[in-house]
Amino acid sequence: MLTLTKENFEQEVLQSDRPVLVDFWAPWCVYCRRIAPVLDRMDGQSDVVIAKINIDEQPELAERFGVEVIPTFYLFQNGAHGDKLIAPGSQAQLEDWIAAQRG
Amino acid sequence: MKHSTYDVVIIGGGPGGYAAALYCVRAGLSTLVLEKLSAGGQMATTTQVDNYPGFDEGIDGFELAEKMQRGAERFGAETEYAEVTALDLTAQPKRITTSAGDVFGRTVILATGASPRPLGIPDEDALRGRGVSYCATCDGMFFRGKTVVVAGGGNSAAEDALVLSKICKKVYLVHRRDTLRATKSYLAPLEKASNLEFVWNKQIDRLIAPDGQLTAIGMTDRVTGEVSTLETDGLFVAIGRVPDTALIAGQVELDEQGYIVADETTRTSVPGVFAVGDARTKPLRQIITAASDGATASKFVEEYLNQL
Repeated sequence: MLTLTKENFEQEVLQSDRPVLVDFWAPWCVYCRRIAPVLDRMDGQSDVVIAKINIDEQPELAERFGVEVIPTFYLFQNGAHGDKLIAPGSQAQLEDWIAAQRG
Repeated sequence: MKHSTYDVVIIGGGPGGYAAALYCVRAGLSTLVLEKLSAGGQMATTTQVDNYPGFDEGIDGFELAEKMQRGAERFGAETEYAEVTALDLTAQPKRITTSAGDVFGRTVILATGASPRPLGIPDEDALRGRGVSYCATCDGMFFRGKTVVVAGGGNSAAEDALVLSKICKKVYLVHRRDTLRATKSYLAPLEKASNLEFVWNKQIDRLIAPDGQLTAIGMTDRVTGEVSTLETDGLFVAIGRVPDTALIAGQVELDEQGYIVADETTRTSVPGVFAVGDARTKPLRQIITAASDGATASKFVEEYLNQL
């Protein structure tokens, strides 16, 4: 699991040659906690890098990507991202969304 | 999944599901829990549970969920993290189609729980994350120093209003009646919150979002019929819950609100299919009554399996 900051974001996400799933979360977000075990299970299971941004510690990144509720997910591919996914209701929904984002 | 057929397949990993799993597996039954996200269901989003006995300081709901899961798994219950997409409950064994493939259960325990009830008004879904939220503890911080509306009049609305009154500049509690249904323990703290204002007898029927971001709500007075708007940065919907029973509609008898019809035995209208926890028709929906259902279900699961 990769922890992102404004210092490593460029290199780890925008310049990554693998797709990066970014989870914007915070410790006080109860629904984020329910999703966390899902991300732990998905980590390392495919070529998608799983990464987290704590919005309390990285407010600039949250603002830059228009994060207004959490958990919010973006999938970055070749330095770009598509639509965001907010609070998926199941692991299957998150995986289906990733598959759709990848085309 | 280790097997293709289990004595018991439990759909949902909340307190009802894992209590059922604990009792079934300890009765010597092969037991599988299907959970779409992570253990605990609604309980896992409660940071402080003070009404489940045995925890004198209270306990975090997420932690309690993990304890319930591990407690059942200690005796051999299995968990598969998969979403159920279809069910054939009349077949024997019963077929459950999931995102991780098909699995069969000689019996099925429905422990699917409930979710926040939407207002059911235009654009509500599109504005989720753009001003509309169903979780004050999740999203309240985004409204620090702003104005928000809480819709509802029960315990969850009262609790959300209290949480938000500590963060926000102004909180309106909009209810379609003229009194709250919330229990008395909430009333004094609500009245003490100086930035909280009650708005009675209003039905929220419009969401105003000129640039795709909520700026106001439209309301109709249920007594006078007067139409009004209220400017707000956020709307927190806390008008109760709906049972997650859409998948089984048409196979198992549901009441008019969608709850699975089952008495204290947890037996549903379909032999070999049982219902526990918040999804079942019952007078009190709590962690302890869900857990109680789970224990009871195991007795009638055994009884059913003995007749097969």
